[in-house]
Amino acid sequence: MKQVKYIYGKEFRAYFVSPIAYIVISIFLLVIGWFFFMTFFLNNQADLRNFFALLPITFSFVVPAITMRLFSEELNVGSYEILLTMPVTFWQVVLGKFLASLGFIAAMLIPTLAYPATVTFLGRLDWGPVVGGYIGAILLGAAFSAIGLFASSLTRNQIVAFITGMAICFSLTLVDKMLFFLPQLLLGFLQYLGADFHFRNISRGIIDSRDIVYFLSVTFVGLYGTHLVLQEKR
Amino acid sequence: MIHVEGLTKYYRDLCAVDHINFEVQKGEILGLLGPNGAGKTTTLRMLTGFLRPTSGIIHIKDYTIDENAVEIKKLLGYLPEASPLYHDMLAFDYLEYVANMRELEPGRKLPRIRKLADLCGLNDVMHKPIGELSKGFKQRVGLAHAMMSDPEILVLDEPTLGLDPNQIVEIRDIIKQIGKEKTIILSTHILSEAEATCDRIVIIHRGKIVADSSTETLKQSASGECLINISLKNADFESVEKKLGSIQGILGLVRLDDEEEILRVRLTCRPSTDLRGEIYGKIKRTSWILLEFRQETKTLENIFQELTREN
Repeated sequence: MKQVKYIYGKEFRAYFVSPIAYIVISIFLLVIGWFFFMTFFLNNQADLRNFFALLPITFSFVVPAITMRLFSEELNVGSYEILLTMPVTFWQVVLGKFLASLGFIAAMLIPTLAYPATVTFLGRLDWGPVVGGYIGAILLGAAFSAIGLFASSLTRNQIVAFITGMAICFSLTLVDKMLFFLPQLLLGFLQYLGADFHFRNISRGIIDSRDIVYFLSVTFVGLYGTHLVLQEKR
Repeated sequence: MIHVEGLTKYYRDLCAVDHINFEVQKGEILGLLGPNGAGKTTTLRMLTGFLRPTSGIIHIKDYTIDENAVEIKKLLGYLPEASPLYHDMLAFDYLEYVANMRELEPGRKLPRIRKLADLCGLNDVMHKPIGELSKGFKQRVGLAHAMMSDPEILVLDEPTLGLDPNQIVEIRDIIKQIGKEKTIILSTHILSEAEATCDRIVIIHRGKIVADSSTETLKQSASGECLINISLKNADFESVEKKLGSIQGILGLVRLDDEEEILRVRLTCRPSTDLRGEIYGKIKRTSWILLEFRQETKTLENIFQELTREN
């Protein structure tokens, strides 16, 4: 378990050493802040529903940008060989990198705590959905990180990793908006696949085990896929 | 210490390593020699557990690579080809990270890093990002990385690649010094290096072992016969053959190429005799003009060329 901690530490620090972290965080805050406050005063309601509604679509392109370098860069430089010849197992490598990405997402969400803080001054804010929303955001971040990590393990090209990850995350976010075009038989199943569908439940403040199971299973599938890809690479 | 049997690796249909067997004793320095693409790196990567063999067995001490990968990785220090390191980390941070990953005790980390920095001459670059270091320094950081946990077995893939002649001598000294207690496997395509550092040499060609013997034996078999090349002007082959062929100890006389009026001849001499004086004496008494007179001892290089010649 120590190795997981050290890999996590190294990767997490690497984000903040390079300019990637600052660029990604700025873009995330700008995009989400702009779209949230554009309609906030028109709605004239002291809640963060619109902020959380934006998260799945924003995370769909921000999270793959965070995870794209985790394996692709190592494969490209060749440091992957050094990493794997140290006394570590595949799972330790995968978990360390996954946690680094998740930690980064948490760090990225911290500045957004300013929104509920300011909104409480404007009116009576219901904190239930806010807490639920942040729990949901972390779960969503975990699921998308696992998918992004999987995409990153597939290729040595970071751009390809980014686009692959983004394509999968966007599909998961948008699938329940496309139900109209899809065959009737699969509707229930496809709706259940949608990340946005589950996230909406949580961000309303309803913590349902089905939604939590969904996010955890997407995370697990992503990480397990990564593990398989790494093993096949040998 | 290390026992390899029937080791084979296919990349799709390409056979990179083909049923090789060898054994490495404790405290031995083994040199893996071969032309580019012979399968040296692939062999080393399989030894370190980075690649999975298509078939074959690798035993290291009491462990096998399939079942005890992590234990084996703990025993091994590995310097990959061209030491691909994390470019945006400082050299010190990197070595600290390696010390952590290798689970050194907290109190031992700093002294160990300092000692390795001294040994590899890294003191001036510890605070620089690895990406900014010259190739030679990167190689040294890689070497420090490999030796971090004071492993029993060191696997070095082309350790002197990209170093200047002074650094090569330094690295060789380091290898020889640690080789007194440790088992070292190194790959190279520089023959003089293998000759200077290794106890035993294994030559690989197209994934197969074509020679496996101690450096001494290999050298002896190499210096079996000596060749003398002569270029003469104003001479014809028949009379040269007559005059020089009569010298005791000359086993053969071959005409090489003719170039206008210059005659080139190669003499094969009996092992460990020096006939140069006598040959010169004979030539002096004729009207031939001596243009070139060169003795060629068969070196490791000839052996290498013979064993690894294409086709």
